[in-house]
Amino acid sequence: MAELVADLAITRGEYTLAVTLRCPPGITCIMGPSGAGKSTILNLLAGLLVPDRGSVVLDGEVWFDRAKQIDVPVHHRRLAYVFQGLGLFPHMTALRNVAYGMRDVPRADRHAKARVLLVRLGVGALADRKPSTFSGGEAQRVALARALACSPKLVLLDEPFSALDRELRKQLTTLVRELAGELAVPVIHVTHSLAEARLLADRVVQLEHGTIVSEGGPDLLTTSD
Amino acid sequence: MNWSPLFLSLQVATFAMVVSLVLGTAFALLLSWQRLPLPDLFQALVSTPLVLPPTVLGYYLLTILGPHSLIGRGFHWLFGGDLIFTMKAAVIAASIGSIPLVVGAVKVGLDAVEPNLVAAARTLGASPARVLVTITLPLAAPGIVAGAMLGFARALGDYGMTQMVASSRFDGFGIHNESPASIFVHDELVALRDESARNMAIATTILGIVLLVLANHLTRRVRRG
Repeated sequence: MAELVADLAITRGEYTLAVTLRCPPGITCIMGPSGAGKSTILNLLAGLLVPDRGSVVLDGEVWFDRAKQIDVPVHHRRLAYVFQGLGLFPHMTALRNVAYGMRDVPRADRHAKARVLLVRLGVGALADRKPSTFSGGEAQRVALARALACSPKLVLLDEPFSALDRELRKQLTTLVRELAGELAVPVIHVTHSLAEARLLADRVVQLEHGTIVSEGGPDLLTTSD
Repeated sequence: MNWSPLFLSLQVATFAMVVSLVLGTAFALLLSWQRLPLPDLFQALVSTPLVLPPTVLGYYLLTILGPHSLIGRGFHWLFGGDLIFTMKAAVIAASIGSIPLVVGAVKVGLDAVEPNLVAAARTLGASPARVLVTITLPLAAPGIVAGAMLGFARALGDYGMTQMVASSRFDGFGIHNESPASIFVHDELVALRDESARNMAIATTILGIVLLVLANHLTRRVRRG
């Protein structure tokens, strides 16, 4: 079972984060107020920030271990990261965006596979258009397609639906739930929204001031009311 | 009217634009690198041609490229001739003058690239070289285009350094023993050939304005994608 085990600690000025995460396949929602360290955790897992101490192990593969001086570069960690601002490449079409991370697919097949993914996510018509012409929901779907295209072992979602209206958010949470089930890898979803977490979470981690204050199953959210 | 000086200047400026663009982009990338040691000193060194008198720069170039220097002897050994007092020396001189302008424009372009897009590319498995070629440089293209045009315009008008290291007259492609436009205007004035000096001055001015208009147009087009 592809489980993520991460022991992360980082101090930057006044701010300190120290958490231990165990994320089995399925969706782990990290919740907490602004500044709690939610996005920092994702950046540490991705390798965009280097922890002061700790380790990151995914499915037995060590990505980071301070003590053993192991630090797998970002581009060798097999993960998909959907940023808050989505990070779609503005100079590329949706098709090229999605094909960008296809490492194992022969070059000649990449565009065909990317097109299939875009159709699957309901945005096949956008294939030859650039992100500046997408609506918020369309951009989300293209970003999700791009994340799936790289066959990730870990999916990181940083409040990807925060700018969307309620209806669209509901549609996309259903889609993420469906995709997470298919991928069978740990999906870490950072959100402020209790409603979103209720729809998505297999596990919930609540964070405050850089430490975990509670964690457990989705029933934890019922007691949060 | 004798157009050869203008054509010779265009030849020198074209080569100098290529040289200064390659070196200037490399320097701008180095300056954008957060782990560059002594960035202020490096920035100052790159900007030196803006503040030093052309004669001082010309003196350094003569020392570095002269027939008794390491580079001069190496060039003689490889190609069997001297480097100074040739068009190559004029290109080097014009490039040195252009580099600070190119670095400034390219750096503005690089700074405008959203860090999230670079991070997204890295998480999608792109190596640093691939990120540079597919994300950073294309997104910095408006700055690079502007830098190229500024470099060209600056090289077109180089006078002091060119005269010191390439002399007043040198050979170009299909042009024999001619002065570049900037030196030609001076020489014609000294020889009291006012009309010839005026015509060349007007032609050079028109060319410079046309190039800057083109540069602005091209930069806008690149920015729009």
